[in-house]
Amino acid sequence: MKISFSPEDEQFRKEVATWLKENLTGEFEQLRFRGGPGDEHMFPEERKKWEEHMAKAGWLCVGWPEEHGGRGLSINQQVIFNEEYARAGGPGHMGHIGEGLAGPTIIAFGTEEQKQRFLPGIANGTEYWCQGYSEPSAGSDLANVKTKAALNESTGQWEISGQKVWTSLAHESDWCFVIARTEPGSKGHKGLSFLLVPMDQPGIEVRPIEQLTGTSEFNEVFFDNAVTDASNIVGKPGDGWKIAMALLGFERGVSTLGQQMQFLNEMDEIIRIAKKNGAAEDPAIRQRIADAWVGLRIMRYNALRMLSGSQDGSLQKEAMIYKLHWATWHANLGKLAMDVLGPESELLDEGPYELTRLQSMYLFTRSDTIYGGSNEIQRNIIAERALEMPKEPRQAK
Amino acid sequence: MEFAFTDEQEMIRESADSFLQDVSTSEAVRAAMATDQGFDPELWDRLCQEMYWQALHIPEEYGGLGLGYVELAILFEEMGRRLFCSPFFSTVAMGVNALLVAGNEEQKQQWLPQIAEGSLTATLGLASSQQNRENRSWDASSVQATARKEGDGYVLSGSWHYVPDGHTAGLLILAAREEGSKEEDGIRLFAVSPDSEGVQRYWTPTMDQTRKQAKVEIENLFVSADCRLGGEGTSDWPALQQVLQLASIAIAAEQVGGARQVMDLTIDYTRERVQFGRTIASFQAIKHRAADMMLQVECAKSAVYYAACVADEVLRNESDSAVKEELPEAAALAKAYCSDAFFHCAAESIQLHGGVGFTWEYDPHLYFKRAKSTETFLGDAGLHRERIASLLLDDSKDNVTSGQVER
Repeated sequence: MKISFSPEDEQFRKEVATWLKENLTGEFEQLRFRGGPGDEHMFPEERKKWEEHMAKAGWLCVGWPEEHGGRGLSINQQVIFNEEYARAGGPGHMGHIGEGLAGPTIIAFGTEEQKQRFLPGIANGTEYWCQGYSEPSAGSDLANVKTKAALNESTGQWEISGQKVWTSLAHESDWCFVIARTEPGSKGHKGLSFLLVPMDQPGIEVRPIEQLTGTSEFNEVFFDNAVTDASNIVGKPGDGWKIAMALLGFERGVSTLGQQMQFLNEMDEIIRIAKKNGAAEDPAIRQRIADAWVGLRIMRYNALRMLSGSQDGSLQKEAMIYKLHWATWHANLGKLAMDVLGPESELLDEGPYELTRLQSMYLFTRSDTIYGGSNEIQRNIIAERALEMPKEPRQAK
Repeated sequence: MEFAFTDEQEMIRESADSFLQDVSTSEAVRAAMATDQGFDPELWDRLCQEMYWQALHIPEEYGGLGLGYVELAILFEEMGRRLFCSPFFSTVAMGVNALLVAGNEEQKQQWLPQIAEGSLTATLGLASSQQNRENRSWDASSVQATARKEGDGYVLSGSWHYVPDGHTAGLLILAAREEGSKEEDGIRLFAVSPDSEGVQRYWTPTMDQTRKQAKVEIENLFVSADCRLGGEGTSDWPALQQVLQLASIAIAAEQVGGARQVMDLTIDYTRERVQFGRTIASFQAIKHRAADMMLQVECAKSAVYYAACVADEVLRNESDSAVKEELPEAAALAKAYCSDAFFHCAAESIQLHGGVGFTWEYDPHLYFKRAKSTETFLGDAGLHRERIASLLLDDSKDNVTSGQVER
């Protein structure tokens, strides 16, 4: 067990920092510290351009194997890359769903043709992805998917009908991976398939959801006889649930470290304000700031343990607690930010409803404990899978 | 960076687990805690002769095994898990660390080999104020015993409170301050034989009976200069502070073990206890509380393992290690988080056991009491959070933050 990085890795850190310093300038300067959850509506086109720029220098999909267009970085170097990226204020990736979810899934389960068709677009920063999982009646109970897909033998295409919801960045995406029921009459996790569907077509309508922040980054996506080629299925018909679950493992990768560095940036701003407005002298606030700091450092240590453990994609105990920990922590940070600001926390940047970054963070963190598996679902997963306590009763049939 | 245990470290854990499982049963703990000295001398002797744990992180040149702080933290965790009653914490976390950090070459040569061979136990006394307010700070202000310079030695006077195993230890390392000095100035460390004339020590019975404490009183004891630990500087506070940080990491490791075990035994109990025709483990109200315990246990492990890595680099004293600078934060962080986590799990244990959790017969109360004694010793969570707050918020020490968010 060792926490120091090697001199070679520290050299790599300098290389990353230098590249970012030299490139996150000019037209890209305005993107610093922008994007990411709660700020996804800002500068979408410019951020895509930035990602193409990064890709040209080989800084996109850095953890992917080189044969698939990645940089093939070691885990330690990925850790360093993500830390330096966030430290430099690198904007939230528009392509994170492709890089972190769609790509790894296709690498793990896709055909050779699918790899050749889809991976370059992600690695080049030219094709963007969204995730079609949740539905109005399939939230925490994800297996209750009702969206249907059937293969039309005469056209050679899947025909898809139904509705997805809470789809992040759907309006900015070229492709969507969709969990659909391909076995008529099937229930639960059986009979589902994992389809890759182009977004730009008459059968798909995207409607933004206005969030309590007044902004929109989640959407409803309606499928009305939308189509995709017969070949655009990952795995076999009926493998959808297995693939969807495997993908959850990819979600807890190195990118979590980048997320933490964004949290660190938020903490730094809170500390700066507390020192400036005198809140830093209030013993109760001091305890809460220290507690937040403890939680953030532990989040880093948890991630380092996760990354140093086995890399076979299986979920370790540390990984199972990860979402519950960060989501709860971040929601508390949001409240702390407002309490440090005191009455100033009410004042908007400008009317009618332009929130400051911290106000936006405060409000948006209320979604952290819901999306990607609510805290309650996370506790079920921990109790049932890590602690092997009895499973919740499922509806018969 | 490789934040996972090596195979050798896993082997140390396995052998500790199997030894302690055997010798530190509930019956053995209860037998030891009913005694004044607080441990079974034969068992301690066996540990020293068969396991060599007392020698684990003593460098080889002083007769030790020369292993690191991560290995040591593993032992503390496993001992904490079994509430192992022994002078290990006082001797190794307090005594050995004090000698390693503050002792000069002669002093190390004099005492460390004796500890390594199992013939000497040791402890450290610090809090010597008559005021609770100062003693609860566990910082320089709690050191109120006096060291008056006389000839080429010192005359010690004062009383030291909450000294772990102070009534049985073979070597007392005591902090005192030069007359007239204040705060962090003039702090001196002395190695004192408890048999010296003028040294009196009393066992002070404690609520947590698995960990014994004593009060040491000294009136006008002359100690020669070669018994003074520490360097030539005006104060040994920086060295003492580092010892306390290392000891905090050890105690936090014990807390992790305690939290783990009390969680496990509680979940086992809920799997057996049947009410309303089903095991209570099948109720979501129970499962969610168990999940929250596990979250805290896993976070506590991360905090301690990281701090142990930092401590390891501090004691190895490699010049190119930037990680060394993290010791004050890492120690405070581990002590703060693990104190809360252990208390939380132990309190949940009593609640989830229901009525039997309130009995002397069942074990939850042993953990509940150990949680509190390890929390207050060396400072509770609030104190350690305040230390972190000071690092983050007080300008003179502003060295932690990095990036900046633009609005």
